[in-house]
Amino acid sequence: MKLTVEDLPDIATGAALLGTGGGGDPYIGRLLAMHAIEAFGMPEVIDAAALPDDANVFTIAMLGVPTVLGEKAACGDDVDLAVRSLEQYLGRRADALVGIEIGGINSLLPVMAAARLGLPLVDADGMGRAFPEIQMVTYNVYGVPATPLVVTDDHLTSLVVDTRDAAAAEGLVRVASVQMGCSVILSSYPMTGEQVKRTGVHGTLTLALEIGRAIRHGRETGDPVTALVDYLRTTPYYNQCEVLFDGKVVDLSRETRGGFNMGFCHLEALDGSRRRLEVTFQNEHLVAREGGRVRCIVPDLIALVDRETAAPVPAEALRYGQRLKVIGISAAPIMRTPESLAVFGPQAFGLDDPFVPIEQLGD
Amino acid sequence: MRIGVDVGGTNTDAVVMDGRTVLASHKAPTSENVSDGIVAAIGEVLRRADASAADVRTVMIGTTHFTNAFVQRQHLLPVGIVRIALPSSRGIPPLSDWPADIAEAMGPHHHMITGGYQFDGSVADPLDEGAVAAAARSLRNAGIATVAITGLFSPVNPAMEVRAAEIIRQEMPDAALTLSSQIGRMGILERENAAVMNASLAELSREVVGSFRAALTRLDIRAPFFISQNDGTLMSAAFVERYPVLTFASGPTNSMRGAAYLSGLEDALIADIGGTTTDIGVLRNGFPRESSLSVDVGGVRTNFRMPDVLALGLGGGSLVAETDAGLTVGPRSIGYRLTRDALVFGGDTLCATDIAVAAGYAAIGDASRVAHLSAALVQAAVQRIHRIVAEGVDRMKASATPVPLVLVGGGAVLIRDAIGGTSEVIVPEHAGVANAIGASIAQISGETDRVFAYEAVGREAALEEAANEARDKAVAAGADPATLEIIDREEVPLAYMPGGAVRIRVKVSGDLDLARSGDTA
Repeated sequence: MKLTVEDLPDIATGAALLGTGGGGDPYIGRLLAMHAIEAFGMPEVIDAAALPDDANVFTIAMLGVPTVLGEKAACGDDVDLAVRSLEQYLGRRADALVGIEIGGINSLLPVMAAARLGLPLVDADGMGRAFPEIQMVTYNVYGVPATPLVVTDDHLTSLVVDTRDAAAAEGLVRVASVQMGCSVILSSYPMTGEQVKRTGVHGTLTLALEIGRAIRHGRETGDPVTALVDYLRTTPYYNQCEVLFDGKVVDLSRETRGGFNMGFCHLEALDGSRRRLEVTFQNEHLVAREGGRVRCIVPDLIALVDRETAAPVPAEALRYGQRLKVIGISAAPIMRTPESLAVFGPQAFGLDDPFVPIEQLGD
Repeated sequence: MRIGVDVGGTNTDAVVMDGRTVLASHKAPTSENVSDGIVAAIGEVLRRADASAADVRTVMIGTTHFTNAFVQRQHLLPVGIVRIALPSSRGIPPLSDWPADIAEAMGPHHHMITGGYQFDGSVADPLDEGAVAAAARSLRNAGIATVAITGLFSPVNPAMEVRAAEIIRQEMPDAALTLSSQIGRMGILERENAAVMNASLAELSREVVGSFRAALTRLDIRAPFFISQNDGTLMSAAFVERYPVLTFASGPTNSMRGAAYLSGLEDALIADIGGTTTDIGVLRNGFPRESSLSVDVGGVRTNFRMPDVLALGLGGGSLVAETDAGLTVGPRSIGYRLTRDALVFGGDTLCATDIAVAAGYAAIGDASRVAHLSAALVQAAVQRIHRIVAEGVDRMKASATPVPLVLVGGGAVLIRDAIGGTSEVIVPEHAGVANAIGASIAQISGETDRVFAYEAVGREAALEEAANEARDKAVAAGADPATLEIIDREEVPLAYMPGGAVRIRVKVSGDLDLARSGDTA
């Protein structure tokens, strides 16, 4: 994949869609990447297949509260420090970087990091969407330890965390991130090229780009939502997808529970039928129900988009009266295995409903 | 009595109001020098109301001048940009993602300085005062006359912005200073963009507000005057001189508020039908529903409070054409040439106004000139016009329940029949000058937008504290405390942050306190 600066806005749009309500504003990631590319040049983007099996690959990501990220983005040195500190702790250099979360701001933060550090970036991530916690990635599901990992902040504080499992690392990092200002950089899941190939969700940077392009072209021709759905149906992961609902936000509830943004959004159909859809979220949208019946459930993707422009609307920006289309999208097959569902299936979010693939939920 | 004025790109409208009554109204062309048009419009409207300058207690002005100047890149000053946020946010310098032409007009005078707060208002880094002074000297030597100051988390704690302004003031006593905490919300880039836009308008704002003052002086009106902002509330003229950016998009707001006033409705859909476009908005509790998406102004991303308006290509000047695909109305329009090119005015272009006259909806120009139009054509065009509005209404409605639709603007005559999804269609008297009326009834507001820790203070106490802060701001801005009401309240829990951190935004508004002095002309 050959990336250009002109691709960045499309990647940001695609990443916002794949953020399924969470993941942080990719607009900031886009600007960070743009300036890093201006100063350091365009990084090379490679397919996972091109990695030598013994290559050293680190992930790089931003972690924090979305509202704070909008005020306090990465400074750049903190990104360099995270990777350099992890190298130092492990006693080996990184040969490439890889994303952890294509949905939201972490789609483009790795582009910034790869440009600054002069490292190739692997076209892959660990979920093909966004999730709230460090352990909720395929790398972890298939046996890659999350730690040692390094957390850094803009004051160039760095913290090495080494725990027995990824969930324990999540607990520690979450507490530390608050102390460090709710916006930190994280380099984690140091792994080999073989592990990236075996455990990653491949090609997701390209997919984000193509999704953004489809929406932009759709706006030029008049029906971006249809253009988006038509494109998704041609992709290897997101091909089972449908517009679940066309409605207006008529009720909205949000509360902070356990350090997360929990809540639901009710939409009422625009066709006057009084049909209602309920979307429940924990940062990201978890389940869409119509009349108590599940229409789409995590880890399948639930995207809320402006019904005219197909602009993805994050959970924090939901407002009463917004006119939205709700799109249900299949997750990558690697995300739907029993092993994966144990880590980020419905029960991992406290839901009682079993996972049923969207294509089996029907109308 | 009071006077409402709308200074638009084409027309300057004026109304004289006494309580709820419109005593007189008048439209005059907007003049090259703004003053003359205002003098003409107010002079005429006072004559019609049989009133004198001494009877006027207050003047409210709405204007699209500053929006137009920014969008057209005219009369903009180069701006000194001071950001107090290092080491944070170094990765995204000022003017990132601005269109090249306007970034060039702003110039390369950026200074990124150490300092700023955390999300809870505690100090992240102390302000590097020496660097602020050095930046100010550098800006002074570059001949910069206006400076935008933006600090990390300044909506939570503006103290460093205020301190930086003091330091800059010592080095540049005559410079215009914009503090981002005065105009923007959370989101440092959007807030800084707004501050820079505002700073670039510093000279124009002095000129235009000066023109307003001069006009009132020439008319011998000594009453205080105010200028309306985009959320339907008023600012003192002195405040607008410093923060002209807050007038952006006040036009649609004024027409919607005016429509609410004229119709007596608090919850309705409003369609402002002009010469080229129709703006459809939603009125909730008497105020326009705001847009929730980020808003681009002249290609620059902002997070302003803007009404959520759907613009349709339908107006009195919309071209009516028969094509292979059937009959079309708009989006192309003859616009300001309406009074020359429309059939009813002796021209040879068939437009929507001609259809309204042929259908017997309006008596405009010479009806005999549209007598030859076939009944089938007129009928088809009328249906098309109604369908365009009905589709717009459907897109803007927040529920399936039918609500009233209020029509204002000169093009309101295009609609006579029922519109699907509405309970009734109302065209109030004086609908053509709804903008000026909206300005005349604008209110004074105050707003708080910051993060509270619910576990520490409790939800009720936090909401009360936020409301009190907003009330204090409204009263300081000139509102009558007895009339204050909360018009908007929003709680957004902050994901990942423990301690029950919630962002609360509260806005209150009330009537202008006429007993206290405003800005006297």
